Amino acid sequence: MKQDTVLQVQDQINRRTFLKQAGGMGLTALFTMLGSNAFGSEAPGLHRVGGMPGFPNFPPKAKRVIYLFQSGAPSQMDLFDPKPKLAARRGEDLPDSVRNGQRLTGMTSGQKSFPVAPSAFKFAQHGQSGIWLSEILPYTAEIVDDLCFIYSMHTDAINHDPAVTFLQTGSQLAGRPSIGSWLAYGLGTENQDLPSFVVLTSVGTGRKDDQPLYDRLWGSGFLPTQHQGVKLRSAGDPVLFLSDPEGVDRTTRRDMLDDLASLNKIKLASVGDPEISTRISQYELAFRMQTSVPELTDISKEPSSILEMYGPEVHKPGTYAYNCLLARRLSERGVRFVQLFHMGWDQHFDLPRAIKGQTYDTDQPTAALVKDLKQRGLLDETLLVWGGEFGRTVYSQGELSMDNYGRDHHPRCFTVWMTGAGIKRGVAYGKTDDYCYNIVENPVSVHDLHATMLNILGIDHTKLTYRYQGRDFRLTDVYGDLVTGIMA
Amino acid sequence: MPQPPQLKKPAKKTIEFNRDVRPAISKCFTCHGHDPKAIMAGLKLDTRAGATAKLKDGKRAIVPYHPEQSEMIARIFAKNPDDLMPPPDSNKSLSADEKQILKTWIAEGAEYKEHWAFVKPVRPTPPEVKQKSWPRNTIDRFILAKLEDEGLRPAPEASKETLLRRVTLDLTGLPPTLDEQREFLADKSPGAYEKVVDRLLASPRYGERMAADWMDCARYADSNGYQADYERYQWRWRDWVIDAFNKDMPYDEFTIEQIAGDLLPHPTLDQKIATAFNRNHRINTEGGVIPEEWRVETVIDRVETTSETWLGLTAGCARCHDHKYDPISQKEFYSLYAYFNNVPESGTGVEQPVNHPPLIKAPYPDQSARMAYLNSRINYLNAEMDGRLKGHDAEIAAWTPKMAAPPASLSTGVAERYTLSDPPKVEGSGPTPKVVDKVTFDSGRSTGAVATSDKGYVDLGAVGDFDTHHPFSYCAWVEPDMGSGSPIAKMDPGHDYRGWDLMLQDYRPAAHFIDTWPSNALKVVSKAMLPQGKWSHVVVTYDGSATPAGVHIYVDGKKTEADVEQSSLRGSIRTPVTAKIGRRTGESIFSGKVDDLRLFDRVVTPDEAAALANVHPAAPILATPPEKRSTAQKAQLARYWAMDNDPTYRDLNGQVEQTAADRSALDSRISTLMVMEEMPKPRDCHVLIRGQYDHPGDKVTAGLPAALPPLPKGAPNNRLGLAEWIVDPSNPLTPRVLVNRLWEHLFGTGIVETSEDFGTRSDFPSHPELLDWLATEALRQKWSLKAMIKEMVMSATYRQSSDITAEDLKKDPKNRLLERGPRFRLPAEMIRDQALAASGMLTEQIGGPSVRPYQPAGVWDDVSVYGNLHHYKHDIGPNLHRRSLYTIWKRTAAPPIMTLFDVPARETCRVRRARTNTPLQALALLDDVTYVEAARALANRMMQEGGPTAKSRIDFAFRALLSRSPSQKESNLLLASLAKRIKHYDASPAAAAKLLSEGDWPNDPRLSQGELAAYTVIASTILNLDETITKE
Repeated sequence: MKQDTVLQVQDQINRRTFLKQAGGMGLTALFTMLGSNAFGSEAPGLHRVGGMPGFPNFPPKAKRVIYLFQSGAPSQMDLFDPKPKLAARRGEDLPDSVRNGQRLTGMTSGQKSFPVAPSAFKFAQHGQSGIWLSEILPYTAEIVDDLCFIYSMHTDAINHDPAVTFLQTGSQLAGRPSIGSWLAYGLGTENQDLPSFVVLTSVGTGRKDDQPLYDRLWGSGFLPTQHQGVKLRSAGDPVLFLSDPEGVDRTTRRDMLDDLASLNKIKLASVGDPEISTRISQYELAFRMQTSVPELTDISKEPSSILEMYGPEVHKPGTYAYNCLLARRLSERGVRFVQLFHMGWDQHFDLPRAIKGQTYDTDQPTAALVKDLKQRGLLDETLLVWGGEFGRTVYSQGELSMDNYGRDHHPRCFTVWMTGAGIKRGVAYGKTDDYCYNIVENPVSVHDLHATMLNILGIDHTKLTYRYQGRDFRLTDVYGDLVTGIMA
Repeated sequence: MPQPPQLKKPAKKTIEFNRDVRPAISKCFTCHGHDPKAIMAGLKLDTRAGATAKLKDGKRAIVPYHPEQSEMIARIFAKNPDDLMPPPDSNKSLSADEKQILKTWIAEGAEYKEHWAFVKPVRPTPPEVKQKSWPRNTIDRFILAKLEDEGLRPAPEASKETLLRRVTLDLTGLPPTLDEQREFLADKSPGAYEKVVDRLLASPRYGERMAADWMDCARYADSNGYQADYERYQWRWRDWVIDAFNKDMPYDEFTIEQIAGDLLPHPTLDQKIATAFNRNHRINTEGGVIPEEWRVETVIDRVETTSETWLGLTAGCARCHDHKYDPISQKEFYSLYAYFNNVPESGTGVEQPVNHPPLIKAPYPDQSARMAYLNSRINYLNAEMDGRLKGHDAEIAAWTPKMAAPPASLSTGVAERYTLSDPPKVEGSGPTPKVVDKVTFDSGRSTGAVATSDKGYVDLGAVGDFDTHHPFSYCAWVEPDMGSGSPIAKMDPGHDYRGWDLMLQDYRPAAHFIDTWPSNALKVVSKAMLPQGKWSHVVVTYDGSATPAGVHIYVDGKKTEADVEQSSLRGSIRTPVTAKIGRRTGESIFSGKVDDLRLFDRVVTPDEAAALANVHPAAPILATPPEKRSTAQKAQLARYWAMDNDPTYRDLNGQVEQTAADRSALDSRISTLMVMEEMPKPRDCHVLIRGQYDHPGDKVTAGLPAALPPLPKGAPNNRLGLAEWIVDPSNPLTPRVLVNRLWEHLFGTGIVETSEDFGTRSDFPSHPELLDWLATEALRQKWSLKAMIKEMVMSATYRQSSDITAEDLKKDPKNRLLERGPRFRLPAEMIRDQALAASGMLTEQIGGPSVRPYQPAGVWDDVSVYGNLHHYKHDIGPNLHRRSLYTIWKRTAAPPIMTLFDVPARETCRVRRARTNTPLQALALLDDVTYVEAARALANRMMQEGGPTAKSRIDFAFRALLSRSPSQKESNLLLASLAKRIKHYDASPAAAAKLLSEGDWPNDPRLSQGELAAYTVIASTILNLDETITKE
């Protein structure tokens, strides 16, 4: 069979197979990677590759997401949600009427009393919006008018693993795709030389031995594995196996790839399998990534004014500050979903000291990222989310003293903030009670958060589905209401 | 009666309910299906009675033969969105084709048929075919008949080379060796191919290949999953699986033993080992979990895994509500759940690398034999020794051993010295020690011992308040029950672990001196191990220098070598928490005994350390007045006497100790295994409302879904009965699911594409009659997998060339009709194993503990500092090149070169793998040391074994990997590149040397470095060919 005929037929097949949900078969992959803008016209303003036909469902407000995940669960009442009345109740037992049957983790279920621990930190109002913030967030205070605070997030899980998994995949149990994978599957990629879903992790100074992370948090679950997040590593190759082996220079590698392409084309001509031309193009993409990724992670050309904004830690690869700068560079390059994980927020003991380590890590770089995106006009096309997997208890875990206390896991309320495209700015949404224990106004579930995020990306969360085991799965399971109160 | 209106000719020749109607009508089942709670407008469309019943408004959804009177047709064709079904906001819609099918189906009488997979397969008569010469066996008649129907022709047979590589990879997961190729090509007999098939099925490599896929179903891993993800040890089960496949254990036996081997009468060790299948689930040991919540998850995981693996049913959907599509109610789900609910397990576990109960010791047969021998040898020696004690009572009574007086200096610089009898006492400035909760006392090793555990400890009060620049020492006799915990500590984990302690780390004594863990702390770990259940004397000395060099650990009077794990202490180690025997404040619980604890306000000298340990073992007994000595103490004293006075006794004792050491070494190599066990009284079982562990609803008992056949007669209504039911000939699903999966392994796609789902939403089989024929054949062949596989690979269908014609691509791009042979990318394991085999590095050893091949730095550590699985170091020597199914699997950070090539993460059961084609795969094959080393090793072979010319050497590499010679064109292309590369590397010896040092495999030193480097690049090119990683 002549090669040109093969390629023609193959082209038709691509288009046809694409319309079926061919779940990870090579032909779809070929299209994802090579279909260059075939459906781009459906997505006004985006020049994308891959994705599902009909997505986005309506014009998106945001093209991209940066999710600044604070792993371990930051204490809402020491950072965002001030409870001044608690000062007078220091050491009092949490009233049963407030606790109201909330289950306890095994870490405090044996505790004989639940003494109320007011925050050790002072709060003040900031900006035009007059939003309250803790004294340990001075940089966040500078951008407060750009942010939308949701004080009324709640979750079902009380342990880290299921709770983080829930936030990242919409289910507490393993096996579902992560948010970024859903987006890669539904919306494809804007950058052909970089993955569309990138993950960056950092260790917190607040608690170095804090809760670990798991591959599944950026896994593709039952979606084809090409949609899983690619973790950029801080040591060694930023992407696994990116560097050529020692002793193989670029010329040798180029020659080798040319040989490979020639040999694979000979094969294609004789056997006619379209999967072979996909393979050829994947090797070329790999070659381009060998340039595009180092170029991405090389921050030496950033002006010093920018580096200073992100703070002193920005020079150390693997820090949250460095990752924030990389998040901007990734977004600039059109990477659809940038997922940061900053560990270290799990302050069961010694909270007042440890949380300062965490805010040292995150406050300045986070604010810098928002300002930096804003000054480049990127904030209007990027959705930012900042938050952890649950809240922390108002009562002290362990001994309560004037300057020291710890807090256990608390699922009933926690604070998340968002900003960027599609989000109201300078807004405080939802309310908790005087103990920061229960929500009294506008509860937002994890599914609601997901539904809202997808909506801002132009996706009806009930339409983004994947058939697996006979069921059409969604990120939001069978739940999720839009949080219209925060949407611009 | 009005005639049905004239219809346009339907898209399909005839309407087949299960193939054509069900996929369309099941879209309505969300609101009109099995789940009574979800029924809208009182309409059920899942049964004919429901669909044709008169509704409240007097209409009928379906009037057979009368689409024009059927409300359903009116609604699915409605123009008004308010009338349209399915409703526009449901995100479900019917295609024009589907609407037409429903219309035609009603016009033809609206016959419902039971879902095909729930009906017992009936052995069909193989169809007649026109091209009578083509079929080689029955399979081919089914395939060919359909091709002839569709106007397609089968492809010609693949070349001998291609066929040999295909079948060898399929049956063993490895490529054919050069000898095997020569032999097959030379064998012109008509039975040559069958000979190969029989040889491959008999190869031990077959079991390994089959086990790799079964491990996905069983969610096998070497760690617990969840946050700390500690190691576990289930490989003994993996080896059982390999052995079972190699023995061709019939699938019914294979099934019963894995699901319920423990419930068989007088189960053998192997039958118990098999049940580890359902203990391969994850275990959540996170601090603070509610055990019942996770026990429920475990039981649900077993139901889902078992039903998906054997029945192709996604029962999990019925966890929260009645299944929308399949006839499994929520109550029925929990009735299945009840079969798996009676395992004596807690739902959580300890944060340690151990297996969790219920468990068994799972020796290999040779280990069992050796253990029996060592036990009998010890018994024999003990009897000999006991004999030698007789008749010496008087001597023993009069005996006082010689004991050296302790040096006077030991009484200086003592801060505290404790006598740990009941109640414990202190000499020194400290307060009287306080027993907290429950501890026990005995005579100990020196002056009296206290035994601490999670039940209790001894609080010493405000003693040992030393700071960083103050020299001090502490010492005690220690007898550990477990290799962890702190026998002595003054440490506050709530404040960054400030303080000091003696801790056991896998039985090795370690000392901490901490301001802030881990950044501002010293940690020194002795290389010596304390024996479990035996006394050792431990001294820790610290000179106040804040450096690790200032810390020494003595064991039994001798200074030990130590590893420094933290070396930077700048601040203060003072803490207000009290010192304790048996734990830190609130954690690091020590289970074992402590005797003669002393704190010194100075550094203890080596001589003193030796003197402290020099206590005659008989001392505690001799300190007891003779009349108060127990029988056991008297017997023990006699043994001490003999040890001091009878050289023969001493010699025998040495032999006993040596044998016991051999025994414990052997014992430590015999892994435990987590297995199934049934509680004598089953747990109460309830429907869990919304699937939540803490919302029990109606009580249920074990039972099967009503839509499936009942338990076979005489089968007990427990796990064993369930297993017997799964493989009972009346079960319509099991044989279909099995043969479909075997088919999928060989042909790339199952006859039912959704091999994980045979429910009503599954794909309709491409060849339903063939599937049923194979299912009945599996029973006829008495569940022999080898027989079934042989049948498949002997078929003409399997032997077709996989070349794709333009017509094929148009008519059948996915090759569902099999008008050509299978061509698809190899699974991850085969890609690596093939590279190892072709390069001559593969270690062919079956089974044993999981191994550590190359893995990029940081894969484990970047995401976690928890658990014992970090600081990955690859193995040295043969284990570096074992087959990939033996690679250690950490669930939360699985081996990248496996997961990049679509091996599932093994968090849950996964019966079908994706097959992707990504740039990250290209990077792995080009750059990972695994493959660069393989290229280098292959380059060595090319030059050593590939003949004298460049051409013959390239030919050698092609044959090793592709079982064929290169074409002239391919050969010329690589020859030109080779010449270029040789020139390059000859001119850059440094680059050559670097490339040649990738990986541990040695190079042949006689070969030219430049040339070898050049061949390495050529070998890498060939390793990266599409054809290399593809089965053709």
